[in-house]
Amino acid sequence: MKTVMNGDFAASYGAMTSDVKFVAAYPITPQTLIVEKLSELVADGELDASFVKVESEHSAMAACIGAQAAGIRTFTATSSQGLLLMCEVLHWAARARLPIVLANVNRAVAPGWSIWADAQDSISQRDTGWMQVYAENNQDVYDSILMAYKIAEDNDVLLPMMVNLDAFFLSHTSEVVDLIDNDKAKEFLPAYDPEYKLDPKNPRAFGALTSPEHYFEFTYKMFEAMEVAKKKITQVGKEFGDIFGRYYDMTESYKIDDAETVLVTFGTIAGTAKESVDRLRKEGKKVGNLKIRVFRPFPAEQIIDALKNAKRVVVIDRDYSYGNEGAFYTEIKGALYDANLRIDTYGMIAGLGGRDVSTTVIKEIVEKAETSEPNKTYFIGVKK
Amino acid sequence: MLLQLKLPSIRLNKEISVEEKKIELNKVDEFPPMPVSLGSMRVNKTSSWRNFRPIIDGEKCIGCGICWKFCPEPAIFPTNPPEVDYDYCKGCGICIANCPVDAITRQDETK
Ligand code: SF4
Ligand code: SF4
Repeated sequence: MKTVMNGDFAASYGAMTSDVKFVAAYPITPQTLIVEKLSELVADGELDASFVKVESEHSAMAACIGAQAAGIRTFTATSSQGLLLMCEVLHWAARARLPIVLANVNRAVAPGWSIWADAQDSISQRDTGWMQVYAENNQDVYDSILMAYKIAEDNDVLLPMMVNLDAFFLSHTSEVVDLIDNDKAKEFLPAYDPEYKLDPKNPRAFGALTSPEHYFEFTYKMFEAMEVAKKKITQVGKEFGDIFGRYYDMTESYKIDDAETVLVTFGTIAGTAKESVDRLRKEGKKVGNLKIRVFRPFPAEQIIDALKNAKRVVVIDRDYSYGNEGAFYTEIKGALYDANLRIDTYGMIAGLGGRDVSTTVIKEIVEKAETSEPNKTYFIGVKK
Repeated sequence: MLLQLKLPSIRLNKEISVEEKKIELNKVDEFPPMPVSLGSMRVNKTSSWRNFRPIIDGEKCIGCGICWKFCPEPAIFPTNPPEVDYDYCKGCGICIANCPVDAITRQDETK
């Protein structure tokens, strides 16, 4: 059923269509609408789930961990400072191999106090063991949540997944979203039934002291699970497409076959970049766009394949790893190095704290790449 | 002196099904995905990481039961003199520190 809704509601409905049984969340702008809508859906009896009000984001994730360990499907949502407060328990959820799904509205980190789009929050949680998806539009948000459960709950994956959406550009912007009816969704996503769970009839200790004799192997198993997840994400994206008509993968290439300059983008900037590609091509420039939809696990193989013929790779990061460069830029270069590809790369930091990355800005970025020294980082649009 | 205590013993609930098999994780493929207990501690002993063992001197012991009370495992049987269950004693030394007559000494484990 096609309807019009903002990105936050798309996240709430994504959780509802996934038939979550437990929601614990704490409101934070610009995620608040997700929590409000879910509490409404539960109160109105449309969603048969427990809704637990908690006193912080740390507690929200801790509550989800408990519920998920008891063998039920859980959901939470947060943003920025809230995600950062969750940090300790994000690690816990991943190492406990609990396939929790979390919607994070990408918002800048304070100070200066900002509620606007910036990926610093989730990028700084990159190494928590969570899979990370970056949505381009509201349909992507909704579909990604449904697929996230299917991928995360796979017995060979069992890792939590974070679906990221840009503050305001998605969270508070209304678009058409095609909702999936519950019966069809259940066919795609069967009930959650984990092998290991808290059960009084078969008691187990979870997360106990683990000596050097065993700890190492548990990390190795997460490495294996992430490798499986790469295949699974592609597979589930295809299966989803075969059923619902919308196909997904870890990356998405747009007009890259003959492109000399390939933009590498994520989140909403990817959408604008595709529009920019069309406009720049009208001016005779051979430009393409590679969208990184999934950042963890890192789709190195797909990236290498997509970029191997490019002359210039221009990575746009709405984040900055202090003391180095954009996080995506570092990793893209790493992938190219592994494939022995010596292509000129440009790290473009843009759109921090919600500053607009319009087609004009992307045009400026392409021109900057054409005229600047390669293999360097540039901050785009700094007032000088 | 006799240990005059009516002490509860810890038993597993009969209705609970706990696998009574020895769990050994030698290869990564045998590991569960997360750190989770896989079987009963009745067969899976927990004392492998003990560095030293407490030795109770029955002659010195006055039967006060403090060691039994303080042992966090619990790995001391309330007999007279008390007996240490070396299958579960983790060698924390709490019993040694709390014995009022210094009847417990430590002996290094050698491997
Ligand atoms: S050393 Fe610790 S674990 Fe062992 S018997 Fe004494 S108190 Fe109990
Ligand atoms: S604490 Fe010392 S004296 Fe008391 S029962 Fe234990 S060994 Fe004996």
